[in-house]
Amino acid sequence: MSALIQVKNLSKSYWREKFEIPVLNNISLNIDAGEFLGLMGPSGSGKTTLLNMIAGIDKPSDGEVVVDGNVISGMSESQLAAWRANNVGFVFQFYNLIPVLNAFGNVELPLLLTKLSKAERQQQVETALRIVGLSDRIDHYPKQLSGGQQQRVAIARAIVTDPVILVADEPTGDLDKASAEEILALMERLNKEFEKTIVMVTHDPRAAESASIVHHLDKGDLVKEVVQ
Amino acid sequence: MAIPIHYTLSNFKSRKLTTAITIAGLALVVFVFAAVLMMAAGVEETLQATGEPENVKIVRKSANGEISSIIDGETQNIVQTLPHLAKGEDGGVLNSREPVVVINLTGEDGGFSNITLRGVSKGFGPMRPNVEIIDGRMFNPDLRELIVGEAIRSRFVDAQVGSTIDFAGNDWLIVGEFSAGGSGFDSELWCDASQMLDAFNRGNSVSTITLKLNQASDFEVFKTAFEKDQRLQQFQAQREQDYYGEQSEGLAGFIRVLGIFVTVIFSIGAMVGAMITMYAAVANRATEIGTLRALGFQRRSILVAFLIEALVIALAGGVIGVALATLLQFFSISALNFQSFSEIAFSFAMTPATVISSMIFAIFMGIVGGFLPAVRAARLSIIDALRG
Repeated sequence: MSALIQVKNLSKSYWREKFEIPVLNNISLNIDAGEFLGLMGPSGSGKTTLLNMIAGIDKPSDGEVVVDGNVISGMSESQLAAWRANNVGFVFQFYNLIPVLNAFGNVELPLLLTKLSKAERQQQVETALRIVGLSDRIDHYPKQLSGGQQQRVAIARAIVTDPVILVADEPTGDLDKASAEEILALMERLNKEFEKTIVMVTHDPRAAESASIVHHLDKGDLVKEVVQ
Repeated sequence: MAIPIHYTLSNFKSRKLTTAITIAGLALVVFVFAAVLMMAAGVEETLQATGEPENVKIVRKSANGEISSIIDGETQNIVQTLPHLAKGEDGGVLNSREPVVVINLTGEDGGFSNITLRGVSKGFGPMRPNVEIIDGRMFNPDLRELIVGEAIRSRFVDAQVGSTIDFAGNDWLIVGEFSAGGSGFDSELWCDASQMLDAFNRGNSVSTITLKLNQASDFEVFKTAFEKDQRLQQFQAQREQDYYGEQSEGLAGFIRVLGIFVTVIFSIGAMVGAMITMYAAVANRATEIGTLRALGFQRRSILVAFLIEALVIALAGGVIGVALATLLQFFSISALNFQSFSEIAFSFAMTPATVISSMIFAIFMGIVGGFLPAVRAARLSIIDALRG
């Protein structure tokens, strides 16, 4: 059986004025369903760029990304948007909650892109917030929540559509140690208990310990794979 | 599915001041726009309210106003032989043979203004039922006496009951003040027609003749008879209200064109203001836009959300502007009607058309001001937007 996510000969470069800056060099990588994959490396190593391409918010210069049989690197902008809505849950370093929406409103956002009824949406939002342990904060606005709580709301938003993959970019990068551990424990639980496939970029070696496989990047190349 | 509307509305709370300033700017422009339309509508309403539906006005065809029209005595007699004309208690045809001139009066501010002086025939009463004396008394037709319209009494130092005005070599005593129901007659001075013809040495040549039909529906038959008469070829018959309505077209059109030109210039400023506000909103919310896009919202949803935001600002500005303009109805102003060469006093008139035009204008400013920022928001690359 083929891998859930197949990264094939992927290259990416950016143009800064007249200079082409290579970010990823001919990377190939397979991620199986149910895997918790960590991407590590120094700043500028290309790990976030790789994550963005797996998540379908950036396009490769060369090569392709196949997720669950779909060649997402070949999709149009609007096809990609629809694909992301159904298949990807995002967790960002700075949570990226919408400040004017409360926890319920934030978690409900991705469901507005589905055909679910209002009652169904409410049920799913409540389930997602229960999984992250924030059922009692459903009416709270982001500014009324701690960093760790905000990140948990963001995780609820990421899982509320039951996506195929979860992508997390430095999910503990803005948190204190205790909150970071809570978030990592939650992500491990999502991986083990709910069998979510997770791709996580991190600087933090302790965060990387949660992953089952860690790939190290340096200057756009995969340099090391560590199975934990 | 679209981005929820309460997301758009809630964003105003986080930017109260800039939103309020932008709304105020748009409201001011809409206010001026509405005021101009109300002014033009006020002129039209005032002049269209002048006259009675049964009355017919006879003027010389080549004349573009009452003061340039001349009707000789013979013609005055001929028109009275036409059919369907109402008769008075004495059995004679009801008519008012009116010499009309323009005289100068000193305004409250010390400047001169042109005022229409109209001579009216004895027995004009049944033809002008809306005219009533509200102070003093009616002029004596055998004396050099005047009555003054209520719209000019307050604005001219000379035009007070009891004061005298010197023109045509005589002193004329103002003996009363009349109201003509807010029509153009309220901006006139009236006296007896024969006193006026005598003072101005005009023989029996008047400017216009007003006749009363048995009923308003007789007009077409009357007009046909009028036009068939070879002796009346140099003259034309119009319904009195239509005649004064046409007299409003020049001034109302001028106010509209000049006023709209000025407001369009103003509106550019307001649109730039709205644009700056919306660009700032886009810049402040770049990360949010990136997040929404990453979650799967399409570019067009972002475009629509920001356009709605601009539209809500514009609608708020429109409503406030129109509401403020409504207060202008309590004010009355005057302007020179260059078709009659004399001053006309009128009120700002708020009409449904003005409300609709003003709101469309506000929405237009919102769309123009909001479109480019909304396009920018929709075109942001997700990666750049997420970087903030």
